Amino acid sequence: MADHKPKGISRWLFTTNHKDIGTMYLVFSFIMFLIGGAMAMVIRAELFQPGLQFVDPNFFNQMTTLHGLIMVFGAVMPATVGLANWLIPMMIGAPDMALPRMNNWSFWILPAAFGLLLSSLFMEGGAPNFGWTFYAPLSTTYGPPSTDFFIFGVHLMGISSIMGAINVIVTVFNMRAPGMTLMKMPLFVWTWLITAFLLVMVMPVLAGAVTMMLTDRHFGTSFFDAAGGGDPVLFQHVFWFFGHPEVYIMILPAFGIASAIIPTFARKKLFGYSSMVYATASIAFLSFIVWAHHMFTVGMPVKGELFFMIATMLIAVPTGVKVFNWIATMWQGSITYETPMLYALAFVILFTIGGFSGVMLAMTPVDWQYHDTYFVVAHFHYVLFPGAIFGTMAAVYYWLPKWTGRMYDEKLAKWHFWLSIVFVNLTFFPMHFSGLAGMQRRVPDYAIMFSDFNMMSSIGAFGLGLMQLLFAWILIKVCILEKGEKATDQVWEGAEGLEFTHMPSPAPYHTFDTPPKID
Amino acid sequence: MSQEQTQTENKVMTKKLFVVVIIMVAFGFAMVPLYDVFCQITGLNGKVNGLAVYEEQEPDTSREIKIQFMTINKANMPWDFRPVKTEIVVHPGKEYEVLFAVKNRTGKQMVGQAIPSFSPNLTAQYFNKTECFCFNQQTLAAGESEEMPMRFFVDKDIPERYDTITLAYTLHNVTPDDEQLQAAQ
Repeated sequence: MADHKPKGISRWLFTTNHKDIGTMYLVFSFIMFLIGGAMAMVIRAELFQPGLQFVDPNFFNQMTTLHGLIMVFGAVMPATVGLANWLIPMMIGAPDMALPRMNNWSFWILPAAFGLLLSSLFMEGGAPNFGWTFYAPLSTTYGPPSTDFFIFGVHLMGISSIMGAINVIVTVFNMRAPGMTLMKMPLFVWTWLITAFLLVMVMPVLAGAVTMMLTDRHFGTSFFDAAGGGDPVLFQHVFWFFGHPEVYIMILPAFGIASAIIPTFARKKLFGYSSMVYATASIAFLSFIVWAHHMFTVGMPVKGELFFMIATMLIAVPTGVKVFNWIATMWQGSITYETPMLYALAFVILFTIGGFSGVMLAMTPVDWQYHDTYFVVAHFHYVLFPGAIFGTMAAVYYWLPKWTGRMYDEKLAKWHFWLSIVFVNLTFFPMHFSGLAGMQRRVPDYAIMFSDFNMMSSIGAFGLGLMQLLFAWILIKVCILEKGEKATDQVWEGAEGLEFTHMPSPAPYHTFDTPPKID
Repeated sequence: MSQEQTQTENKVMTKKLFVVVIIMVAFGFAMVPLYDVFCQITGLNGKVNGLAVYEEQEPDTSREIKIQFMTINKANMPWDFRPVKTEIVVHPGKEYEVLFAVKNRTGKQMVGQAIPSFSPNLTAQYFNKTECFCFNQQTLAAGESEEMPMRFFVDKDIPERYDTITLAYTLHNVTPDDEQLQAAQ
């Protein structure tokens, strides 16, 4: 078939091509990443010094809320969905996703969802200001009027993710090329398949939670109102039943990315493929029975706390299996350090730091001290920024030559990496210390004793923000200015997988119209 | 496998997955009654137990527990509502009666419903009510007032660490809409 592409704006509006939709997801998530990042800059500017400098506390709370919501639902999740769209059909030898029209729809819902959410900034009473976890009664009894826009925004995001996830599951089960058995699939496909199951299971629960909020606010129900026979703690149970699997939804695709990149640049096969699959599945299962570790301080019985503590610490076992497998893959390999490999290595090391602080937080007795401090902020930023986001960046650098047919500017990319690694640690590492010393999160002012750590964090954050502009420039150079040397079909010397062995670079608009032969 | 066959299989699987989604939405809402059942068994969230029966028993006079009463009106509830005594000291195992005064200050008949809440919430399971106005809705004519009784006893097994229990009642306006309309006419 000819490599025919529709022209103009209608190509993007009506496309059912998985590569176009993948590109739109990635561009959208990058824009959201910059918007959420700008909000983080406001937060760090305010926290540069103690006292109130730039914004009033209510606006500060709006910034922390929107920063969290946009980064979780607007940046990290759509980025991984974009990668899934681009890569899964090429990796399993399918011509496209199984449900291409639903695919188009699930993308185009997102701009509407985030339009609703961001429009709340310009409303009377301001944007939602109750934190991204929107605990009742802050979000029900005391939420600003714009909370309803937030609720419908979350509904739309949920619909979009559920449709995207269903698409991935159907594609993986029904569209594999003959001979591509489940246990031959690249690990990225596996981790995304498991992520998709998590999404299908928990996004509906989130939708239920915001619907209960809506009826509590306007239709006289009392799901979360103690005065009407409800219970605000119930909100936390429903929310975290979604919320904990959600953190694995964000990180599992990055596990898959690392498992693709490390073998390529170590020039060895991935160590322990099947144990990786089982470890991912056990992490996903465990994620459903640990949710109350976010709520140790609500007044649970000791036996409940013990159960959730032990179940949580158990997650370290399959995660440890993965980390050791990555290390074993590199062992005695002939490693080269191109930018994707650097990002994948940083991912393994820094994600592990975030994992360790997670085990610390899992311990009930000490969690009473750490709860709602900057230690928690440090923990989840370590697993999200150098975890999920570095993973995504590694993926972009790794597959960009396959997508565009051109190599990115390796020199600039190295600068991007090394400065990012300095700034990311400068931003988030001091937060461990300020948190252990007792600095609470979501407060625009702090005691003078935390000044130095906060100034370091702020300087790091500004640098990290600038680095993303450098990243944008590197991408613009390749994708829009069309600069950079031509990539070979295999792109990387050690690269394996159908997308590198069975098609030219750039990948044609239509691939695998006839399924490849897999041996 | 032909393309048409794949497409049929895709449709079947998509439908199955949407069923999973619907089940999970239902599960999200089912968490509400499940949570209630769980809390009723464990007494964790301070929800009231049902009607209790007092059996003659020797009170534990060695212990004194302070019971404080609070009343709260929901925003759309114009009645006067207050405890006659704001606090009493009790011995576990002995039955007591307290009164709550309520007055409908409006010019129309209204219906109210009080919802209790305990603090510390784990004490709810040791607080037994043998009679309470909160078990029923209260109908008061225009200007009518009433003293509503609540009889209770505290379990003798209440752990040593509890020396004060606060019982808060929130009064809700549950006047049916048509009566409100009639009253307005």
